[in-house]
Amino acid sequence: MAKIRSSEITPEEVYLNRRKFMKGLGAIAAVGMVSPSSVLPKNFGKEEELTSFKSITHYNNFYEFSTDKEEVAELSGALTTSPWDVEVTGLVEKPAKFSVDDLKSKYAQEERVYRLRCVEGWSMVIPWTGFPVASLLKDAQPTSKAKFMKMTTLMRPSEMKGQKNRWYDWPYVEGLRLDEAMNDLALFATGLYGKDLPNQNGAPIRLVVPWKYGFKSIKSIVKIELVEQMPTSLWMKAAPAEYGFYSNVNPNVSHPRWSQKSERRIGEFRRRKTLMFNGYEEEVSSLYSGMDLKKYF
Amino acid sequence: MKKLFKPAIHILCLIPLFILISDWLNDELTANPIQYLTLSTGKTALRLLTLSISITPIIFLTAKRDLNPARKLLGLYAAFYAALHFSIFVGLDYFFDWELIYETILEKPYVLVGFAAFSILSVMAVTSTKGWKRRLKKKWKPLHRFIYLAGILVTLHYIWLVKSDIREPLLYGAIIALFLLLRIPGIKNVITKFKNRTDSAKAAEA
Repeated sequence: MAKIRSSEITPEEVYLNRRKFMKGLGAIAAVGMVSPSSVLPKNFGKEEELTSFKSITHYNNFYEFSTDKEEVAELSGALTTSPWDVEVTGLVEKPAKFSVDDLKSKYAQEERVYRLRCVEGWSMVIPWTGFPVASLLKDAQPTSKAKFMKMTTLMRPSEMKGQKNRWYDWPYVEGLRLDEAMNDLALFATGLYGKDLPNQNGAPIRLVVPWKYGFKSIKSIVKIELVEQMPTSLWMKAAPAEYGFYSNVNPNVSHPRWSQKSERRIGEFRRRKTLMFNGYEEEVSSLYSGMDLKKYF
Repeated sequence: MKKLFKPAIHILCLIPLFILISDWLNDELTANPIQYLTLSTGKTALRLLTLSISITPIIFLTAKRDLNPARKLLGLYAAFYAALHFSIFVGLDYFFDWELIYETILEKPYVLVGFAAFSILSVMAVTSTKGWKRRLKKKWKPLHRFIYLAGILVTLHYIWLVKSDIREPLLYGAIIALFLLLRIPGIKNVITKFKNRTDSAKAAEA
C-alpha cells in the first residue's frame, strides 16, 4: 500500500480546525448562519466523526483502475483531468459543454458532509464540496419528455487500465430518475476535505447521492444526458439480479453476499445498524411513496 | 533434500501468516482491516486446500512418492487458515452477535456453504493422526475423500462472494475438478494404460 506523505496529511488537520472554528462561529453568531445542507440529518443524534483523509483516498472502489481498492490511489495517478469537458445533452432546451472550471465558477461551491454506504457493507463520512445537481439541470432546462438523467464516465483505457478488463461493459453508466436528480441531496462533487477531488475519488467531477449505495455515485463524469427511457447502468448489466436501477440503501432488501442490515464504519471496530435510505429518510422518502422498494430495489 | 522437504512446507505455509502479522505491525491492514483479514485468510485456506488436493494426482502422474507427506501438512494448514477465517468472521466481524450471524446464515447461502466446508476440514484435521487412522481402519480413506467436497464447497462459497467477475474462483474450481476427474476409475485406467504404453515404448527405444 502506498504511504502518503505527511505534507498530504496536513490539510486534514487544517481542515478539521477550520471546521471547529466555523462551528464555534456559527454558535456565536446565529443558528441560521450555518447552511442546513452542511448539517447532518437530525435522526442520527450526534454529529458523526469524519472518516480520515487517508482512508477516503486509499480505500476506493474504482474499477476503471483496479478491482483492488488498495491499488486505485496509485493507478489513478495516470489520469489526465485537465482539460476536462462535461457535455450536457439529450432532452434539454439548452445543451452545452462546460469545462470543470466553468462549472466551478458558475455554481457556488457548497460543503456537504455525507455518509457514504457501500453495497459491500462498509461506510464512511465524507466532507464533499460541490454544487447541487438541480442547479445544473434548471439551467439546462429538461424538456417535458425527459424522465431520467443518464451519466457516463470517461472512456480512456490508455489511462484507465481497468477498462481493459473485458468482464465489464465499459464505459461506466449510471442514472437517476429526474425527480431524484432534482432532490436537494444530489450533488456534483468537485472536491473533498476542502481540496480538489483526488483522482481516485472520481476527479474532476462526480455524482454524490448519499441515500443510495456508493456505486450509484458515478465518478469522472464526461456526459450528462437527459433521456426518456430508464438507462441501464453498468452494474445492472453485470448482475441484474443483484443491482437494480434504484439501489437505495435499504436494510430490508437483502443482498446475496453482504449484510445490508449492518455495516462497518471505516475506522470503527463494531458493526452498526444500517439505516433506511442511509439515514436520509426525511429528505428522500417522498420520492418513493407508493413504490414497492423490494421490487424496485 | 528429503530432510528439508517438510520444514520447507512448514515455512511456505506460514508465510501468509507472517505477512499478515507484518502488515498489522506496520499498520498496513488497509482501511478495512477486518475485511482484509477475512479475505486473506480465506484465500490462503483455498490455495493450500487446492495444493493438498493436487498431491495425490501429482504422485499418480509422476510416481514421486516422496511428495506424500506434503498432502497431510498442506491439508492441516488449510484447516488452520480456515479456522482463522471462521474465527475472524464470528469474533471480529460480527463480534459474537449471534442474532446477526444467524440472520446472515439464513439469508446468505455462501455462509452456510463455507461453514459446511469448514466442518469437513475440521473433522479431517482431527482424524488426521495415526491413532485415528488406526481406529477408523477402512473408513479412514473414504472419510478423507470428503476433501474434494470441501474443495467444491469452498469454490462455491468464493463464487457467491465475489462482486461479479468470477474468473478467479472458477480457476480454483477448475483445478479441483480436474484433479477429481483424474481419480475417477475409468479415467485413471485410461491414463495408466497410456503411461504404461509410453513407458514400454521408451524401454523399447532404449
